Amino acid sequence: MEIKVLKDILSANEQMAERNRQLLDSKGVFAVNLMSSPGAGKTSLILETIKRLKGKTRIGVIEGDVSSSLDAEAIGKEGVPVIQINTGGECHLDANMAYSALSNVPLQDIELLLIENVGNLICPAEFALGEHKKVLVSSVPEGDDKPFKYPLMFHKADAVLINKIDLLPYLKFDTQAFSQAVRRINERVEIFQISCATSQGIGQWVSWLLTQMSRRQS
Amino acid sequence: MHELAITQSMFDLVLEQAKKAGAKKVGKINLVIGEMTGVVGDCVQFYFDFISQGTLAEGAALSFVMVPPTARCRGCDKTFELREFDWVCPYCQGNNMEIIAGKELFVESIEVE
Repeated sequence: MEIKVLKDILSANEQMAERNRQLLDSKGVFAVNLMSSPGAGKTSLILETIKRLKGKTRIGVIEGDVSSSLDAEAIGKEGVPVIQINTGGECHLDANMAYSALSNVPLQDIELLLIENVGNLICPAEFALGEHKKVLVSSVPEGDDKPFKYPLMFHKADAVLINKIDLLPYLKFDTQAFSQAVRRINERVEIFQISCATSQGIGQWVSWLLTQMSRRQS
Repeated sequence: MHELAITQSMFDLVLEQAKKAGAKKVGKINLVIGEMTGVVGDCVQFYFDFISQGTLAEGAALSFVMVPPTARCRGCDKTFELREFDWVCPYCQGNNMEIIAGKELFVESIEVE
């Protein structure tokens, strides 16, 4: 006997992500899922964002890593609440891990939650966490062909940041070709060129982030 | 790399449906996988054989329908397969497109006894 199922394999994760989103909404917290390959600069971006918004927006951070708490320690020094998730081998965060972490985040004390996913351009694309926006951090040393190699990640992102633009004079990276490729499969994406080393472009990124937050809350 | 989590979710879904139908054994699972997901069939099979041991889905055959990434050109409205490094409409050379297939990840049906 054949039984028609026609059900998304990740529907359980989607349901849990929706529950996370409702929890965040009830506390008035705007959540961003930061994704990238390892070393693109997610932690540096979080640190830059915290510095830029100090005294203006109360931030919390969830740090996802396969192991270690190095990133969480660096962020903790900035005086923001940070929860470390060690996935113990899993290559991405999922909604259930995010849910466990959320119960340890002081949601009533924050307005913006930055979730640093595990460094990986494939797996995190599939697993919603309950975030309001997905942000992909790309970087100049990775090369400008990445949208072609990891189309799903670029397709799903609400914003793509090109980090390490201070290295453009030394490396072969065509920002225009890169941006065009991303826009072909993701018409509504915002693209920002930034450098966490020189703080160039961080202002535009933060202002976009604040606009998204105020749109969500109003 | 994400196949273990995906296989576990697929297994849970299949078992739930099979139990609901009062099945004694799951013979076959028909899956539809978009190529953009990067999910590797052999890898799913490997994890499935492991996860399903001792359950009514043990030994079930997995069948994969792979869906290539497909786009619709917003310029000329034609649809075409997106090939690597070639994201241009082959009909009008337009570059404004909408992805209409290739992201699938679902259980189409199961065959049970």
